[in-house]
Amino acid sequence: MTKKIQNYEIKIPAKTENLETIRNFIISATKSLDFHEDEMNKILLAVDEACSNVIRHAYHFKENLMKVNLRIEASRLTVTIIDHGKSFNPQNVKTPEMDKYLKSYKVGGLGMLLMKKLMDEVEYDIKPNSQNKVKLIKYIK
Amino acid sequence: MSGFAVTTNSCEDGVSKISVSGYLDAHTAPELEKAFQTLVNDGEYKILVDFEGLDYISSAGLGVFMGFIEEVRSNSGDIKMCSMATKIYKVFDLLGFPSLYEIFDEEVQALEKFRE
Repeated sequence: MTKKIQNYEIKIPAKTENLETIRNFIISATKSLDFHEDEMNKILLAVDEACSNVIRHAYHFKENLMKVNLRIEASRLTVTIIDHGKSFNPQNVKTPEMDKYLKSYKVGGLGMLLMKKLMDEVEYDIKPNSQNKVKLIKYIK
Repeated sequence: MSGFAVTTNSCEDGVSKISVSGYLDAHTAPELEKAFQTLVNDGEYKILVDFEGLDYISSAGLGVFMGFIEEVRSNSGDIKMCSMATKIYKVFDLLGFPSLYEIFDEEVQALEKFRE
């Protein structure tokens, strides 16, 4: 029997105090998947980083709404973070070289790198002045 | 899963200990930043961070240590870390942070290193 696709969504003001609510939403929506704690921690951190980027960079701490959509298919979990704030071109964001980064005592700019390291796939769908989507994908084994 | 707490104590040999517990994210990182700023303002540059009660860290938390390490080291001090749960260490390790910070299993080992 084919498993049904499950969809969950939360629409929430983009502010840092809601990061905890978003983490709890992810935990409760993925309960049936029985992810190993290590995998679960990776997903939570990746979502947290994506949402923190929206709050800081897309909305500049103005409390606009953001959406977090979670889709469970047979082979993958996709968490999509959607905002209508300032757009960016992910290709223009330089991936930090960690050796140099650490030696020069830099601060910030690690969110996108972390997402990439923590998830199986990260996709960006940016429509300037309209909508930004970050898709975080984890394969279900 | 909620809450974050940070407390500061004086240890032996002029070492100040910051103990963190709970969830360290973009919302709670400013509290840790404040604790570091207070120590640095008082000229306390030997700082041990006790992670024993910490359940979660995001890059905003990592950024706090990066924000102070240069000033601390340029004043002959250091930020050393201890008692980190494996899941927290994994986040540090993912980005290569253990090459920049000394991380000890036990507080006593870190204090000993400060004495050297």
